[in-house]
Amino acid sequence: MICHGQEDGEHAHCTLAEEAEHAVGVSAFECYQCGKCTAGCPLAAEMDWSPHQILRLLQYAAPELEEQALRSLSIWLCLTCEQCVTRCPQEIDLPRLMEYLRQQSLERGLMHPQGRDILAFHEAFLDSVRKHGRLQEVGLVANYKLKTGHLLQDVLVAPRLLARGKLKLLPQGIKGKAAVRRIFERLQHDEGKEE
Amino acid sequence: MARIGVFICHCGENIGSTVDCAAVAKAAGELPGVVHSVDYKYMCSDPGQSMIKDAIRTQKLTGVVVGACSPRMHEPTFRRACNEAGLNPFLCEMANLREHCSWVHEKLPDTTAKAIDLVRILVEKVKRNKPLSSIKVPVTKRALVLGGGIAGIQAALDIAGAGHEVVLVERSPSIGGHMAQLSETFPTLDCSQCILTPRMVEVAQHPNITLYTYSELESLEGFIGNFKATIRKRARGVDEKLCTGCGVCTQKCPNKKIPSEFNEHLGTRPAIYVPFPQAVPNKPVIDRDRCTYYSKGKCQVCAKMCPTKAIRYDQEDELITIDIGAVVAATGFTIKGTDFFPEYGYGQYPNVITGLQFERLASASGPTLGVIRRPSDNEIPENVVFIACAGSRDSAKRLSYCSKICCMYTAKHAMLYKHKVHEGRAHVFYMDIRAGGKMYDEFVRRAIEEDQVNYIRGRVSRVFERNGKMIVKGVDTLLNGQSIEIEADLVVLATAMTAQPDAEATAQRMKISYDADHFLSEAHPKLRPVEMNTAGIFVAGACQAPKDIPETVAQASAAASKVVGLFSRSELAREPVVATVNRTAPPLFSTCVGCFLCETACPYQAIERDDIRGRDGQLIRQVAKVNQGVCQGCGTCVALCRSKAIDLQGFTNEQVFAELLAV
Amino acid sequence: MKIGLYPGCSLEGSSREYLESLQAIAPVLGLELAEVPDWNCCGASAAHSLNHKLALALPARVLALAEQAGMDKLLVPCSACLNRLSTTRAELIKNEALRREIAEVIELSLTCRTRVTDVLSVLAKATANGFSEKIRQPFARRVACYYGCYLTRPVEGAACRRTEDPQEMDALMKLAGADPIPWAFKVECCGAGLSLSRTSSVAELAGRVVEDAALRGAEAIVVACPMCHTNLDLRRSNIEQNLGTRFAMPVLYVTQVLGLALGIDERALGLHRHEVPVRWEKKANHQDTQAPSEVK
Repeated sequence: MICHGQEDGEHAHCTLAEEAEHAVGVSAFECYQCGKCTAGCPLAAEMDWSPHQILRLLQYAAPELEEQALRSLSIWLCLTCEQCVTRCPQEIDLPRLMEYLRQQSLERGLMHPQGRDILAFHEAFLDSVRKHGRLQEVGLVANYKLKTGHLLQDVLVAPRLLARGKLKLLPQGIKGKAAVRRIFERLQHDEGKEE
Repeated sequence: MARIGVFICHCGENIGSTVDCAAVAKAAGELPGVVHSVDYKYMCSDPGQSMIKDAIRTQKLTGVVVGACSPRMHEPTFRRACNEAGLNPFLCEMANLREHCSWVHEKLPDTTAKAIDLVRILVEKVKRNKPLSSIKVPVTKRALVLGGGIAGIQAALDIAGAGHEVVLVERSPSIGGHMAQLSETFPTLDCSQCILTPRMVEVAQHPNITLYTYSELESLEGFIGNFKATIRKRARGVDEKLCTGCGVCTQKCPNKKIPSEFNEHLGTRPAIYVPFPQAVPNKPVIDRDRCTYYSKGKCQVCAKMCPTKAIRYDQEDELITIDIGAVVAATGFTIKGTDFFPEYGYGQYPNVITGLQFERLASASGPTLGVIRRPSDNEIPENVVFIACAGSRDSAKRLSYCSKICCMYTAKHAMLYKHKVHEGRAHVFYMDIRAGGKMYDEFVRRAIEEDQVNYIRGRVSRVFERNGKMIVKGVDTLLNGQSIEIEADLVVLATAMTAQPDAEATAQRMKISYDADHFLSEAHPKLRPVEMNTAGIFVAGACQAPKDIPETVAQASAAASKVVGLFSRSELAREPVVATVNRTAPPLFSTCVGCFLCETACPYQAIERDDIRGRDGQLIRQVAKVNQGVCQGCGTCVALCRSKAIDLQGFTNEQVFAELLAV
Repeated sequence: MKIGLYPGCSLEGSSREYLESLQAIAPVLGLELAEVPDWNCCGASAAHSLNHKLALALPARVLALAEQAGMDKLLVPCSACLNRLSTTRAELIKNEALRREIAEVIELSLTCRTRVTDVLSVLAKATANGFSEKIRQPFARRVACYYGCYLTRPVEGAACRRTEDPQEMDALMKLAGADPIPWAFKVECCGAGLSLSRTSSVAELAGRVVEDAALRGAEAIVVACPMCHTNLDLRRSNIEQNLGTRFAMPVLYVTQVLGLALGIDERALGLHRHEVPVRWEKKANHQDTQAPSEVK
């Protein structure tokens, strides 16, 4: 979908639903609110807005309701388990839409406070990959704890993992780690401009 | 020398406000061959028509061009007027100044110029028109009704009641269709069998109806009024004349564990069987795929027991060819089985059943004698979940349409269950309640208000079994998307109503059109709802689209009245716009070279081979010949003919070229 | 059968027993596994959640390296990596311009000619002929085959057919002498990548899986995904706390079960690395073990 005015190079005002359809090809308007996604979602009970309600918020095409979707915890809880799209009678790729909404939420600074831990984990994960080329689990956990302040979480699990030879303490880089780092630089740098 | 009259109509404001009609009439009057040209506000009105008639008489016109609306609208009107004034109706042509000009253009000089062009084109054509006379075809006053469900039964009875012969063909061993399987019918809750079986008996006893059950349409050739139907009467293994329907064979058959189709596999039947006690005809058939005699060569218990010696193991299929004047397609529908639903268990749970299976459980003639018992252990379920839109309105399952009847029968099911199990709990998961119809919404409200059926607005994501209960995981979108988990004893899926699995093949056999979902396509969705595009074939019931009993019966009666209307004439007149193969003097006889490309190309099988013989009977040549009764005037053969031997009457090459050159 | 291998980060660290057991059974099954040289992390759900192009570029580099090494087929044992690699490949095949753009970003040529395959398909082929003769010790236990999300979804191009009730792992278990039970949580999500950031949710979701398997008398849960294993095994104490019940039922990788059936040493299969000990009180009798295998 091309948003109005875009062809003429004017400043385009698109609704969030239009933007999402343009960016990831998922139309919120195809949803007829049957709730089957919510009924099957493993985390629906913990969400502030159910999956089908996120779609409903977008259908209004009203800025204040769009903002509620972007401020929601739901978009951060989505596990991308694909259960919803597998059963959706309208074949709406909700996980893909959730991914888009997370990116928009970040860009517009509307992130739900509880989404922070989840974001911190993702960021710590990517930090590790950027540095070493591969995930370094000990570094990931340490970094995550620093980012969130959950210093004591899982403090009991680590020694057991260590004892079973499951933790590698020393970072193990790959030869191509410089190449991987360049990938991050290119894509994280121009991320904002692109969309 | 041509003497053409031109009549330009203003169509009120429709043409007059955009096109300068007087200027068109004036310009037309100057065209070579035009001797009379006028304009008038409403040419189709009585004074307008009189102007044409008077001009034909006084000016001795040899052709008429009316510049007005679409020929689809008023060509018959003006041709009739010409005929009344003594001019062959096919010497009258229409220039469409409305749809092709005034409606699609602004008021500009060019618009009037275009109107003049359109008139000039038709003037050139009509100069080359030849008088034609309509083609007369006889009508065989015998109807073929395909399908013996309630649609076919109603259509057959109506046609037979009007005094015409009917051949009713049903492929299962008995007529009655799905309606015979139903328990009670919405919104009145009258017993389905009680209202249907008298109709079935009436069919069997009607002197005008010939009934072929366990039979199928093998082929259908011909055209309106003149079809030839071949029916395959499958071997029952029973001599119907000798069989008295005493039922001894079915009682004595040792092979009794075959899932009963009539009971939707919830009960069993023997290998020699009558589908249900009220079957019409009450004559058994042998299921050859399951009969021990056919697989092992031994048994023959039924033959030994039959008091009238009616068993015929070596009976063969019979092919019967009948002349038919009209056909009513009433081939019915099927439903999706529970195995269609991965998320509801792929059909592996015995306590997840279809709505049609629930009908059998609720029916007094069913496997549980009308007591609602769940299939796994025959217990009476205390908690029943009904899931509406199971498969319907589901693009992911490639069924995007609404099955239309499920909202009503689900309300009925929940109500019947509550009437039979007073302490039980009934839940209905629904998306929308579609209850348009006389007393329909009131019926649904009664289920909710009086019988306290719990309607839950939301779709069910998954059904699985745990500790002998069916766990139904749904959602209530009216409760802020709260997840709803119900431990049910029985789950009833209102599964989608679909076209018959062989609907496409059946339609192709009859050369009628069907839609993407394989339902038969009517000629016009509003104005010709029971006619097919193929003349002489009509449609009734759920083979056209999902519909309930009242609608089906109404449509069947409508189709029957169309057939009776057709049969009210002994001859049909049709437009002579058909292809002809030219004939010339000997020794050429025709420019046709006998390549018969036309025969291959003709979509209507209208091309025949004509033997040209000398006086001694010796075959001289074989040339193509058009069966004017079958030809639809599409012109495919004309375009393909290499020797230009075929032409289309009313649209000859000469006429069309003249039209083009006039632009 | 020669085949490329992309172990992914988990199989080098917290789920190393998956790789160990895969490598232990490979020679016996005639599988020759060649690791993708200098592979990198696929980005997993982190990149997927935050940056779509990054989520394509990281797996794309792996695909390009495999291609460079001349691999026709690449085995990806981790379901999460498998999901990232196969969806990336599908998207880049569909979108030519995007493929060129990503190739530039990763500084490698990329045709996507290397096909990606899952562990169940590879094992099914490798056990298709003569496997029964190789069995030393049939794994005669009732097992709950747990497929999780990414072996069955997205449906298009999924490793398993029958989305809601896959049978591929069940078939392998039958070959190994086990008795795969019908149960209801085969394809329900365990909580996946929220293991660290939202442990409470994982305890809840993984708990439902373990509870249903136990209820139906499973003696072990079998998995083919490191995240599933982490959430069902490493997070077992969280699950038990949440439900207030103890479950002794161990969680094995499909490769470990095949290894045990082939008579391979338990240590070589990495059984000692599990949180829930891989041992059973006594040989359970199938007829009367309807009761849950909980230890009170």
